Amino acid sequence: MSAAELVMLSVLGALLGLDVVSFPQAMFSRPLVAATAAGAALGNPALGLTAGAVLELIALDTLPVGASRYPEWGSASVVGGALFATFGNAPAGALVLAVTGALATAWAGGWTMFALRQLNGQWARRALPALDAGSPHAVMGLQMLGMTADLIRGGLLTLVALLVLVPVAARLVLHWHAGDLVSHMMVVACAVAVAISAMWKLVHGATHAKWFALAGLLVGLIAVRSR
Amino acid sequence: MTGDPATSAMSQPSAPPPAPTARSLPLHTFVTMFVRLLAIQGSWNYELLLGTGIGFCTEPALRRLPGGKGGASYRQALARQSRYFNAHPYLAAVAVGALSRAEIDEVPPAQIERFRTALCGPLGSVGDRLVWAGWLPFSSLLALVAFGFEASPVIVLLIFLGVYNVGHLGLRAWGLIVGWRRGLRVASALANPVMRQGPLHIARMNAFLAGIALPLSLARVLDPGKALPALFDLFSGNRPLGGLLKIRLALAVPVTLLAALMGAAVLVSGHGRFEGWRAALLMLGLFALYSVVRS
Repeated sequence: MSAAELVMLSVLGALLGLDVVSFPQAMFSRPLVAATAAGAALGNPALGLTAGAVLELIALDTLPVGASRYPEWGSASVVGGALFATFGNAPAGALVLAVTGALATAWAGGWTMFALRQLNGQWARRALPALDAGSPHAVMGLQMLGMTADLIRGGLLTLVALLVLVPVAARLVLHWHAGDLVSHMMVVACAVAVAISAMWKLVHGATHAKWFALAGLLVGLIAVRSR
Repeated sequence: MTGDPATSAMSQPSAPPPAPTARSLPLHTFVTMFVRLLAIQGSWNYELLLGTGIGFCTEPALRRLPGGKGGASYRQALARQSRYFNAHPYLAAVAVGALSRAEIDEVPPAQIERFRTALCGPLGSVGDRLVWAGWLPFSSLLALVAFGFEASPVIVLLIFLGVYNVGHLGLRAWGLIVGWRRGLRVASALANPVMRQGPLHIARMNAFLAGIALPLSLARVLDPGKALPALFDLFSGNRPLGGLLKIRLALAVPVTLLAALMGAAVLVSGHGRFEGWRAALLMLGLFALYSVVRS
């Protein structure tokens, strides 16, 4: 991966990391979008989309509810999409490594968001006298400071993750033993298991939901058969 | 109940307080407030939560108070609006509109503060059910169905971002407008059918879409366009060219599905004791280790 690509992906990770919470929260940061964008930046949006779809299935499990701590999918999906677009054309383990790398980055990203929220809290405490006096500069300053810090957080996270994971993945794919089919089965089994449990949590309280799910499954299997 | 409109507005929507006096805001002020709503969580923190964001978004309206920007009324109102507040970020638009209206109508500060406190709970829970647990998975599943049908990356992204943001931007705009129009009487807006029944209908649609999306996505990722059809061929006794490979592919599908169902059963029976994404990270990490060490 060239320095120019690294910079481009870090900027992308910064912007998509910002989208997760701070601005504009339009879900450009969801894995489907972020990983595809990273793949497109490296010239292979289709591989990015595949990694993004797997990550999206897993991301169904996490709801970005208020004060809860959750994985940061924006920057992480850029890393996952970039890893799969870099190694995905040949080696068997590329998808496993891309998804694992993205999940590890999402975990680290969750911690960086927690740290940023604490930092925002410190800044807010310091600005309390000005806020209590109704200072528009204090309000505006806190918003801008928070968003700038979040932008930097996402960019640095993406950069560090790529600097660590690209060389590691490059070595691991060379020593990968499991075959292509088994490796993909492993990834898909994990993603679908998480997606099923996520959907169970989300819909099992709705009346007749299981019949809707079964009807959908029937349609899905027919659609697969008729493709 | 005291009969105070600020609290009764949230708890007794059937007995609304008198309508606020008719006021208007210039279009550019509305547009500025709407754009600021997109950054309402810019300084989200564990001390004030959305508080500073509410101040940030109401500020353009507060400039219309007597004395203008920097005047005593403006400063007092901005200080009030920048205190602790919690809500779903999209439905916070309702609060921004309603609180701006209350300030412009010069409702007594104590009443505004009670109203502000009363808004937090409903705007959080309704938004979480409608958006995070409903509309977001709906948009994702719809896009995954398109992915399963081998749609191009551009189409998949257009479907996801288009569908999601029609709801997202529409909800923010609706919230701001209805909040401004109804002021302290905004509680009745949250009782509309979309807010009350919407999550249930979306949950059913999500169940249906998940049923379609999972086998289609599985088939595309596992082996683009071949794995599940191979399984059908096997069951129908049709074993044409490359029979061994097809049998292997065909067995891959039930094995994967069985593993996924077992994994899902473990996760569901755990009742949230462990999160799915962490379990996936652990399993994939162990598999990567095994695959590399074994060589």
